[in-house]
Amino acid sequence: SELSSPNAHGEGKGRRGRRSLTIQSRMEQLKTIGRELAMGSQGGFGQSKEFLDLVKSIGESRSKAEEDRIVLSEIDILKRKLLEPDVPKRKMKEYIIRLVYIEMLGHDASFGYIHAVKMTHDDNLLLKRTGYLAVTLFLDEDHDLIILIVNTIQKDLRSDNYLVVCAALNAVCRLINEETIPAVLPQVVDLLNHGKEAVRKKAIMALHRFHRKSPSSVSHLVSNFRRKLCDSDPGVMGATLCPLFDLISEDVASYKDLVSSFVGILKQVTERKLPKSYDYHQMPAPFIQIKLLKIMALLSSGDKSASEMMYMVLGDLFRKCDSSTNIGNAILYECIRCISCIIPSPKLLEDAAEAISKFLKSDSHNLKYMGIDGLGRLIKISSDIAEQHQLAVIDCLEDPDDTLKRKTFELLYKMTKSSNVEVIVDRMIDYMISINDNHYKTEIASRCVELAEQFAPSNQWFIQIMNKVFEHAGDLVNIKVAHNLMRLIAEGFGEDDDDADNKLRLSAVESYLQIISEPKLPSLFLQVISWVLGEYGTADGKYSASYISGKLCDVADAYSSDETVKGYAVTALMKIYAFEIASGRKVDVLPECQSLIEELLASHSTDLQQRAYELQALLALDARAVESILPLDASCEDIEVDKDLSFLNGYIQQAIESGAQPYVSERERSGGMFETTDYHSQDHHEVTSHALRFEAYELPKPSVPSQASTTALVPVPEPSYYSEPHQPISTSSSVSERESSEIKLRLDGVKQKWGRPSYQSSTSASSSTPPQAANGTSTHSDGGGVASSSSSKPRSSYESKKPEIDPEKQRLAASLFGGSSSSRSDRKSSSGGGHKPAKGTANKAATVPKENPIPVPDLLDFDEPTGTSDVAATDPFKELEGLMESSSQDGGGSTDVMGLYSTDASAPVKTTTSVDSLLSELSDSSRGTYHQSQTTKGPNSKEALEKDALVRQMGVNPTSQNPTLFKDLLG
Amino acid sequence: MIKAVMMMNTQGKPRLAKFYDFLPVEKQQELIRGVFSVLSSRPENVSNFLEIDSLFGPDSRLVYKHYATLYFVLVFDGSENELAMLDLIQGKYDDDFSLMLAFVVLVETLDKCFSNVCELDIVFNYSKMHTVLDEIVFGGQVLETRSDEVMKAVEEISKLEAASNSISLVPKSVSGWRGGR
Repeated sequence: SELSSPNAHGEGKGRRGRRSLTIQSRMEQLKTIGRELAMGSQGGFGQSKEFLDLVKSIGESRSKAEEDRIVLSEIDILKRKLLEPDVPKRKMKEYIIRLVYIEMLGHDASFGYIHAVKMTHDDNLLLKRTGYLAVTLFLDEDHDLIILIVNTIQKDLRSDNYLVVCAALNAVCRLINEETIPAVLPQVVDLLNHGKEAVRKKAIMALHRFHRKSPSSVSHLVSNFRRKLCDSDPGVMGATLCPLFDLISEDVASYKDLVSSFVGILKQVTERKLPKSYDYHQMPAPFIQIKLLKIMALLSSGDKSASEMMYMVLGDLFRKCDSSTNIGNAILYECIRCISCIIPSPKLLEDAAEAISKFLKSDSHNLKYMGIDGLGRLIKISSDIAEQHQLAVIDCLEDPDDTLKRKTFELLYKMTKSSNVEVIVDRMIDYMISINDNHYKTEIASRCVELAEQFAPSNQWFIQIMNKVFEHAGDLVNIKVAHNLMRLIAEGFGEDDDDADNKLRLSAVESYLQIISEPKLPSLFLQVISWVLGEYGTADGKYSASYISGKLCDVADAYSSDETVKGYAVTALMKIYAFEIASGRKVDVLPECQSLIEELLASHSTDLQQRAYELQALLALDARAVESILPLDASCEDIEVDKDLSFLNGYIQQAIESGAQPYVSERERSGGMFETTDYHSQDHHEVTSHALRFEAYELPKPSVPSQASTTALVPVPEPSYYSEPHQPISTSSSVSERESSEIKLRLDGVKQKWGRPSYQSSTSASSSTPPQAANGTSTHSDGGGVASSSSSKPRSSYESKKPEIDPEKQRLAASLFGGSSSSRSDRKSSSGGGHKPAKGTANKAATVPKENPIPVPDLLDFDEPTGTSDVAATDPFKELEGLMESSSQDGGGSTDVMGLYSTDASAPVKTTTSVDSLLSELSDSSRGTYHQSQTTKGPNSKEALEKDALVRQMGVNPTSQNPTLFKDLLG
Repeated sequence: MIKAVMMMNTQGKPRLAKFYDFLPVEKQQELIRGVFSVLSSRPENVSNFLEIDSLFGPDSRLVYKHYATLYFVLVFDGSENELAMLDLIQGKYDDDFSLMLAFVVLVETLDKCFSNVCELDIVFNYSKMHTVLDEIVFGGQVLETRSDEVMKAVEEISKLEAASNSISLVPKSVSGWRGGR
């Protein structure tokens, strides 16, 4: 064999700054170690043939069962051997390693823990290390055996041999808990000034660990971290950044003074002031740079002056970073992250955008992932940034890589608005259906719900989306979502338009009747279906009572193991019959219903029994009684609860007068323990008041000692009885009432959103009309000019890549990104065609709809809150004039930018005429603003898309495209 | 913070596992199995990143690298940089080699010398592997990226091992084999 002497790898090592060593000799070195390892497997280093055989046989075992057999017999062997007297130390070392191995395979090796603990006491460093290794892998910091190690650790921390100290510090990180921290803390603090930098670093990390476990135990030592930032060794300084990062994220304000120091350090690092040995893949200390950037992002977030200090060094980083290596890109990505947190300069935003576009254009999935992530971060600041990359984003969405796909969905989620919500949610739902990972399914389902609640263009659509979510992820969504939906259907949308509400309900009923016969629907969905069918199934007169009740019986029958669904179904039946009786029709109970009721009368579930008895009783009542029990469509009516049962006062009076004993409340009877409460809430709380209490006694209140004794007697704080005006009333159909009082937040937003009659038409128009079809070339040249100037750089590298774009994708892109361009053009036009996006303002556009559910501006697709936008305040006609001017200006002075699209130059000329006609049209229109938004919205998305296409399309002459486009647009 | 380092083979058998916060054995196994089932379903030529909240709690990510018969896995939280983590487990040959790559190169070297024993040697040199790892990642933080320093530390241990071997720890037969070299 070719094996060379194991000593060979020793030469040239151990010296610092061994730059001269060539790559070849490094490879040699590695090979040598490899051979050493190989020799190990031949039985070297004190490991026996037995161990080798064990490892081999486990490696070769074909099944888990076989592996388990081998391991179990190994456990037997080890148990025996460990008990033998006078096991030689080297043997013991091997046994310990074998124990570690067994445990890694998932078997219990606790019988040998004590031997590992003993080994840490050994003086031989090799054995000690093995012992420490084993205990750090075996033991939890609260394990009983730790107490036997603490002493050793204390001793080892004081050792003269720094290797021993390092081994002990390693153990400290894993084994010391809150209680034992004081035992080792003084030694660890002493080690902060140890002569060896390796020890100082590890001591800092140990302190960091203590801080994580128990901040209070080291709070007085935090200043050490600051001090160590100035350590003479850059490695120690780098290590200090880890605890500082934690400290700063907890409390930014008290570290603001360090901003200039951090910037200074970062500057020095990037300027290669550190020793060469800190270079890693030819980047100077990249991990330190990354940590510093993270810290700076925290410190400069929302702080203008701190941010400004960062500008220069960030700019330098963008220039200097080597984007051909992973680590270089890691730093670039960290810069993007940092910029997304601080208050950036326009120049930095540009740099970041450029870095992102490089990522997105890369062939590496990893870089695309980072690009999408960066886009998601920057979109908060400048909402138009995604536009240039729309096709890249869509490519990522369709990529087979799941990670990338999810990241892209996250981006879409962040950029959703009312103009693109339908496309995005549809996509999300398709994806949700396609995956099996329940965790992610839940997440994406809740995102769909959130987006639908916020941006739904119409109620029908909203219900459809909810149906899909329930159908495919019904078991995963929060029950509140279901109650929200029921409430929405019941309440309508706040407009006093009963007709629309009825239509909506009918469409819901129809959709449910279609879905109901599908197999294996989620329980929650069936509850919604049953409830809606019960409440509104027969309301429209389209479906007969027997038809609906038959369906409900089918549900109860098919899901007979689900008591909740059965309960809902029975109650729904009761409502159907009640409505029939109340309207004076004769009720024929279907035979299957009859048998269902009979079955439930004998049910083990008292709840179901109760419902069945109620139903039976109701069937015997006359129309008037039934109507007052279950009035039609009254699920949202407030039920006034007469807590004091005042309607009985007369009767009581009468009884007392005729000699009855007056009622003594339970509270009075038991010495003031209970407030008089109404029956239901009393009932409700009974369990809690009589059950054992596990929570600790309240601390005595020294200020009111006299009261303390009485309050201690009261098991439940009294006010809680009365503070809830809507005590749940246990009528069987009251789920929605209950819910309606509890969950209002979301829907209020929705209601308001959909409730503005003045905007309603525009909503439907904007959602139904594809953006391309809308008129509005007025901003054509303007938008083109801006976009082309911002994307002129990438073009050269990108042109030849994709000569053709799938029209499918174009359409998708237009629908996804259509809205965002409108905001830009709006802003542009109002500011007289300024070419730089106003920094910062766009920020609000993307985030506002989520934080603040009053989405008036969204409906118009202005993308900017009315409060901040001057667009809304401007006279639309003035604006149009401005548009005309700016567009003709741009068109006329088609400088270098427009020159790139020489064929486009004709377009703006047409534009002016079209604006004329538009103007006249507008003067007739009472809803000027609405049209305005429409006009500016459509073509720009097309524009951006086309430009993107153009960028990809070298040598393809766009002349043929544009005139037809304009014809399309202008009709 | 780095939460875990794992090496497992393409059949899902763990070869090295280190969790930076203590977890009971059963939980460790569950996580290893979980990670493996996700990794084994990943197609070739996709990104090396995974968001793995379902296994390791919110904001958990994972980078992995597939070499020969091994997966190399790093699990970490949002305070780390994905690309930088990836760089720890993959590097470029024509460059200052990545430290974790040392493992991999070892494995590859071994693979050439003795077919199919590579993974087992990781187990067999468990303590050395941990020594390297402990030098690079300490308490869940990347502490040392200078290869010289890591090598130095490993070498110190190697020397110790060699010294103790030559004195008393090595079985006769092997020391004879060694001496003959």
